[in-house]
Amino acid sequence: MTQTIDPIALAGSKAKGKRPWFLENPDIERVMNINLALIQEVAVMHERMDTIERLLERGDTVSKASIDGYTPTKEEADERGMWMQEYIARIFRIIQQDREAIARGKEDSSEDVAEEFAKT
Amino acid sequence: MADTERDPRPDPIEYDGPPDYRVVGRHGVYPETNHDEIARFNFLAQMNRHLSTKIMPGVGEAFDARVEPTFKKKKKRDFESRHEVRKALLEDPMFQWWSALRRATMETRQQAGRWVTLRQAEELNAKVGELTEGDERLVLDPKFKQPRSTEAIDHHCMPGSYHTELVPGDITGPANYDAGIFATTGGMLGRYNDGGGVAVAEWVKKTFGDDFKPKRILDIGAGLGHNVLPIAAAFPDAEVIAVDAGAPMLRYGLARAKSMGIENVTFIQDDVSDLSRFEDESFDWVQSTMFLHETSYKTMPMIFAETQRLLKPGGIVLHVEQPQYADTMPLFEQAMRDWDAFYNNEPFWTKMHEVDLDEWMKKAGFGDNHLIHGGVAAVVDKDVFPDAADDDSEDFGRKAAWHVIGAKKVA
Repeated sequence: MTQTIDPIALAGSKAKGKRPWFLENPDIERVMNINLALIQEVAVMHERMDTIERLLERGDTVSKASIDGYTPTKEEADERGMWMQEYIARIFRIIQQDREAIARGKEDSSEDVAEEFAKT
Repeated sequence: MADTERDPRPDPIEYDGPPDYRVVGRHGVYPETNHDEIARFNFLAQMNRHLSTKIMPGVGEAFDARVEPTFKKKKKRDFESRHEVRKALLEDPMFQWWSALRRATMETRQQAGRWVTLRQAEELNAKVGELTEGDERLVLDPKFKQPRSTEAIDHHCMPGSYHTELVPGDITGPANYDAGIFATTGGMLGRYNDGGGVAVAEWVKKTFGDDFKPKRILDIGAGLGHNVLPIAAAFPDAEVIAVDAGAPMLRYGLARAKSMGIENVTFIQDDVSDLSRFEDESFDWVQSTMFLHETSYKTMPMIFAETQRLLKPGGIVLHVEQPQYADTMPLFEQAMRDWDAFYNNEPFWTKMHEVDLDEWMKKAGFGDNHLIHGGVAAVVDKDVFPDAADDDSEDFGRKAAWHVIGAKKVA
């Protein structure tokens, strides 16, 4: 009997070696991993929509074959790359803001300022 | 408006990210990819770029602003080792989130590449089988026992590492490596992932001139041969031998080379710490490219001694690697470079990078005055791919720019 490979089961195989966890609560890291997979799939869907739009603009037919066969020009590829950069930046806004908070050092809270101006 | 002359529109932002995946070179055994599989690699290349340019700098900022000051306040002293730095970083949320996302991106990249290759395993395995069957340039050892150093852990989180065969004759592992490395490096290695090898070949021609005409070249830890093919192409009259422990890599490597029209490479399965199958002084050039970190501290002296034995008088050995952890390298940088060692299944990376390679080369018998030092950056088609030499971002340990350490055997 020939051995067969189940691609769905094996694509996500774990690498041999104990996995490190970084966040204080591993469950949050699990959710983050699930989120990252979804973030990836939204990017994939967007790229597919973009491909369909560009095929239509070129006056080409839209079919599975034409979508799989689509090759962007350098200009189109740059536009798509730029969209992806903006998309990823939007997703990870909170980390950008964490960095800005480090750069600013100690900041007043709105409550601090409210208290400050509440005095006569 | 006072200033009516000035065009109020800012200059458009110039795109400097990874190219579209469709620019990769498709040799004869390259896996087929449909639209969405390509889109996944595109996302992952961009995600890695975002991690290295937009998130990782935050780790340095957090280190300066809070990790180091907190440590100094508590311990009343400076950090004494890179391991102390790393352990302090592990407590910081910026390092935690960057690390969690980087690890998750690595695993997602493996899944994306494995899906592509496993779904077409039968066709790919058959194609490679046809190209390699009966070819004398593939020398496998069915009795070969994987050394513990390659078997203990799956290197760089690649399930199955370099040696696993899911079915007899399986090459989906190397096909996954080949198809997905674009995503890990953001296209930095060029069309055929060969920017490193092209750089080495050019560097050797420039450094040693036209007089250096190697007849026999040995590449150790060759993997699927992507680093050695440009060398074989640059020296078409040379007999090139690529040695690796992983049979699938070698099988795929020969099929890949043939489909690219490179016919002067023989792929041999062996343990590079004992190359007794080759005679003394039988090679003009021994090369390793990003391989030393995959080998262990214990075997490295054996490898150096073997290269000394195998070289003809006047021959050269070159190892291309990420920079060593010299005393001049800040402990923070060393700790960041250690990330792959501890969190991306590169167990030998940390110890290997603290070795005084010059001393070890001398111990292996190379003369003090005959050591070779240099630097190379991936050479790619700059119209399409990002240029590592012009890229000022740092991806600690991942950048496509390397040090060269080597030696010439005295004639």
